[in-house]
Amino acid sequence: MATTFEEHPDRKTALIDSAPQEEQGVRRRDFLNIAAVAYAGVGAGVIALPLVNSMNPDASVRALASIDVDVSAIEPGQAIKSVWRKQPIFIRNLTPQEIAEANAVPVSSLRDPQTLAERTKEGKANWLITMAVCTHLGCVPLGAAEGENKGEYGGYFCPCHGSHYDTAARIRKGPAPLNLEVPDYEFTSDTVVRIG
Amino acid sequence: MVRPIGILAGLGFVAVLLWSLVWGAVAFIQEPPQPTAEHEFHKHPRDAGLSSAGLLGKYDRQQLQRGFQVYKEVCAACHGLKYVAFRDLQDLGYSEAEVKAIADQWAIETPSVNPETGEAATRKNLPADNFPSPYPNEVAARAANNNALPPDLSLIAKARHDGSNYVYSLLTGYRDPSPELLREFPDSKPGQGLYHNPYFANLNIAMPPPIVSEGQVTYTDGTRPTVDQMSKDVAAFLTWTAEPKLEQRKSAGLASLVFILVFCFLAWGAYKNVWRGEPH
Amino acid sequence: MSFPWANQYNPKNPFMRWMDDRLPLPRLVYNAVGAGYPVPRNLNYFWNFGVLAGAALAIQIVTGIVLAMHYAANAGVAFQSVEHIMRNVNGGWFLRYAHANGASMFFIVVYLHIFRGLYYGSYKAPREMVWLLGLVIFLLMMATAFMGYVLPWGQMSFWGAKVITGLFGAIPLVGEPIQIWLLGGYAPDNAALNRFFSLHYLLPFVIAGVIVLHIWALHIPGSGNPTGIEVKGPQDTVPFHPYYTAKDGFGLGIFLLVFAILLFFAPNYLGHPDNYIEANPLSTPAHIVPEWYFWPFYAILRAFTVDFILPAKLWGVLAMFGSILLLFFLPWLDKSPVRSGNFRPKFKMFFWILVVDVLILGYCGGAPAEEPYVMISQVASAYYFAHFLIILPLISLSERPLPLPNSIIEAVLKGKSGSTLSTGTQTAVSAPAE
Repeated sequence: MATTFEEHPDRKTALIDSAPQEEQGVRRRDFLNIAAVAYAGVGAGVIALPLVNSMNPDASVRALASIDVDVSAIEPGQAIKSVWRKQPIFIRNLTPQEIAEANAVPVSSLRDPQTLAERTKEGKANWLITMAVCTHLGCVPLGAAEGENKGEYGGYFCPCHGSHYDTAARIRKGPAPLNLEVPDYEFTSDTVVRIG
Repeated sequence: MVRPIGILAGLGFVAVLLWSLVWGAVAFIQEPPQPTAEHEFHKHPRDAGLSSAGLLGKYDRQQLQRGFQVYKEVCAACHGLKYVAFRDLQDLGYSEAEVKAIADQWAIETPSVNPETGEAATRKNLPADNFPSPYPNEVAARAANNNALPPDLSLIAKARHDGSNYVYSLLTGYRDPSPELLREFPDSKPGQGLYHNPYFANLNIAMPPPIVSEGQVTYTDGTRPTVDQMSKDVAAFLTWTAEPKLEQRKSAGLASLVFILVFCFLAWGAYKNVWRGEPH
Repeated sequence: MSFPWANQYNPKNPFMRWMDDRLPLPRLVYNAVGAGYPVPRNLNYFWNFGVLAGAALAIQIVTGIVLAMHYAANAGVAFQSVEHIMRNVNGGWFLRYAHANGASMFFIVVYLHIFRGLYYGSYKAPREMVWLLGLVIFLLMMATAFMGYVLPWGQMSFWGAKVITGLFGAIPLVGEPIQIWLLGGYAPDNAALNRFFSLHYLLPFVIAGVIVLHIWALHIPGSGNPTGIEVKGPQDTVPFHPYYTAKDGFGLGIFLLVFAILLFFAPNYLGHPDNYIEANPLSTPAHIVPEWYFWPFYAILRAFTVDFILPAKLWGVLAMFGSILLLFFLPWLDKSPVRSGNFRPKFKMFFWILVVDVLILGYCGGAPAEEPYVMISQVASAYYFAHFLIILPLISLSERPLPLPNSIIEAVLKGKSGSTLSTGTQTAVSAPAE
C-alpha cells in the first residue's frame, strides 16, 4: 500500500502550474499518507481480535471447569466413567493385586516412564483417575465397565487402533505415545473428589 | 411507450389513494376517533436517575447488591431470571464463595433427575446454573397468579420502552385512579384482581403492589430502605440483568471513538495531501 | 474498457509480472479501483457512498459469519442462543450489536447512494444497467434484512414474519398456498426460521456477486459526476487511486464514527423493545412495526384502506411492490437529456419535495395505524407515485434547463463543478435563470 503512494501517477496534462515542491515538504506529506494507511492497518488488526477471541470457550463453558464426584459406591476392581469438560474420565478403584502388578513393572522399560505413585495421590494409591481419552487419536478406551476388553495388560484397551494400557493406565503396546492423562484433582473428603 | 403507461398507472394509484383518503376523511368527520383512557392517562416513565444512565455511566455495585436483595426477597417468588446465571453475580462484587453460597441457598432448586430412579427431582443450584424459574411452566404460573403470567425479568429493562425508568416508575406508581379518569372513563376502574397504575400500558396491572412499606427489606449497608429507594435499587439490578456488558460496551466505545477520530484526522490530512494542487 | 489515457498496469516486480501473465487479478483491481481507472475530478462527498456501502456489506458478512458460529436456528432455542451470545460468548455483545446496527448503517448509506443517483440523474443513459443492477441489490438487501430480523425470534421477529408473508396471501387464488409454502406451515415456526437462516446466510454473497456486475457496468461508461456532462478528455479526470481512495478513506472514517456512536452508545435505539420478548404465537404486540428502513414502504402498504375494484389489501401489496418496481422504469420515465439536478430548476424543486415526502412516509410508517397518520400517508403515497409516474415524465416537456458547462474542467476552474456540497447547491440556486 505504502509504496503505491510514492509513485505519483503520471499527469498527462499539467493543468495548473503547481507551486514548486520542496524535497522536504514532499517527504513530510508522504509520511502522512503512510501514517494514515498504517494506522488503518493497526485498526483492522485490533478489530480482528474480538472476532478471533469469540471462538474461544465462552463463559458458560468455562463455568463447567470443575466437578465434584462421589466415589463412595465404587468397589475395589470397579471403575466408573464420568464427564468433565465434556470429556469422559475414568475413576478406578484398584485392587491390591492391580497395584502390585503396576508397581512390578520396571519404570525404565516404559514408553512414557511414570510410577503408579506419580499418577495417584498420596494415601489414595488405589484411586486411579485419568482422562478416558486415548493419547493416540482421542478414542475412548474400553475396560471401565464390567466385561469389557481390558487389553493385554489388564488396564484399558483402545479399540480404534489397538493401544493397550496397564493397570496404572500407562501405555504398554500399540500406537499411543503417552499414558492416559491424569487431570488435576483433589479429594475434598474421603468420598468426594473434585476434578479440575 | 413507458411514459404513457407510467402516467396511467400513476393516475390509477393516485386515484385509489385519494379515494381511500376521501373515505377516511368522511369516517373521521362522521365518527371522530374516541379518546381512550390509555391515550389520555398513560404516563411516560419518571427518571430514576440511575448511575448507569448517560454516555459514560457506570453501575453502582453497592446499589446492584441492594437491588439483588430486593429481587431475592420480593420478586423472585413469582418472577424468573432465566437468562442470568448465578456465576454472573460475581459482576456485582460478590466473591466466588459468596456466589456459591447464594446459589446453594436459593429457595428454588434446579430441576434434575433422581440418579437412582430416573424420576424428575430437584437439586441445589451451582454457580454454573442459571436462575431456576419459579414455576415449572406457563400453565402453572398462570394457575398460581389468577391467570396472569409474571414475566421473566432478565430482559425487562430492554423489553419495555425506557425500561429502567419504567421498572422504577411502575413499582412506585400504584395509586387509586384519579377522579378525572373515573369521570371520563368509568370502565377503567380496575376490575377484580387488578390494580391501577398509570405507568402500565393499559393502566390496569394484575401484579399487586410488591413494594409497599419502608423497611420491607433490611439493607446491610445502612441505606434507608424507603419504598422509593428499594424500587430504584431493583430497577438498577434489572438494568444490569438486561445489559450486563454495559460498562465494557461504553469503555470500548470511548476507546473506539478516540481511535477513529485520530484516523479521521490522518485520513483528512492524507486526502488533502493527495489532492494538493489538483483543481476539483 | 477505459478512457484511452488511463494509466496502464505495468508491474516492475518480476513476481507481479509472472503473476500478470498467468492470472491478471492485480491488473483487474488496478483497472477497477486503482490508478488505472480515470474518474471525473469533480466528484463531491455524495460519491463516497458506493464504497461505504461495500464496506458495510463487508462488515455484515464478517460479523455475520462469526455470529453464525454461535447462533442456533431452532425455534426452541433461537432466542436463548442470542442471549447466550450477548452474555457468555467472548465479545458476543459487540458482534451482535455491530451486526444489528451495521444493517442500519448499510441502509443509511444505500439510501443516500440511491438519492444521489436520483438527484444527479445517474440512472440515465448510458448508465441504465448500473441503476437496474443497483435496484436488484436493493431488493436483495431488503430480503436479507427482513430474514435477518426474524432470526432472534423475538416478538417483532415472529409477527414481522407473519405479516410480511401474509402479504403474499393477498394474491388472488394462489396467495394462500404460496404463503403456506413460504413458511412451511400455517404460522412461522421452525421450518420458516431454518429456511430464513439459510437464505440470510446465502443472499449476502449473491449481493456481493451483483455488486461485481454493478461495478463492471459502471466501468463501461465510467463514473458520472455532479455536472452530469460527459468526460471530454484527460484534463477532466484523475486516477481513482490515490485520489478517490484517499477521499473514500476519509469518508470511511466519518462512517465508522457514526457507526461506533450507534453501536457503543445507543445500540438499541433503532431497535424495538418488543424484540427482547421471546416470540409468542398467541399474543400480538400492541402495534407491529418493521425496522426503520422499511417504514416508508410500510406506510404505502397501509395507506390503502378502501376496496376499489380490487380488495384494499391487494392494492396495498401491489403499491408497496410497485413503489420499488417503478424505479426499474425510471430511465425511461424521465427523458430529460440533462442529467444533473443542478441544471434542472423544476426537477430540483420536485426532488426536494420527494425527499421530504419519503421522510414523512417513513415517519407515518413507524407510527401506529391511526389518524392522522393514515391520511397523511395517503397524501404522501399519492405524491410518491405521482412524482415518478406523472411529474417526472411531464416536467421535461416544459422545463428549461440551465446552460451546461462546456467541460468538467471548465466547470471546476470556474468553481461551478458542484464538487463540494455548498457550492453544489449554491451554484444552481444563484445561477441566473438565463
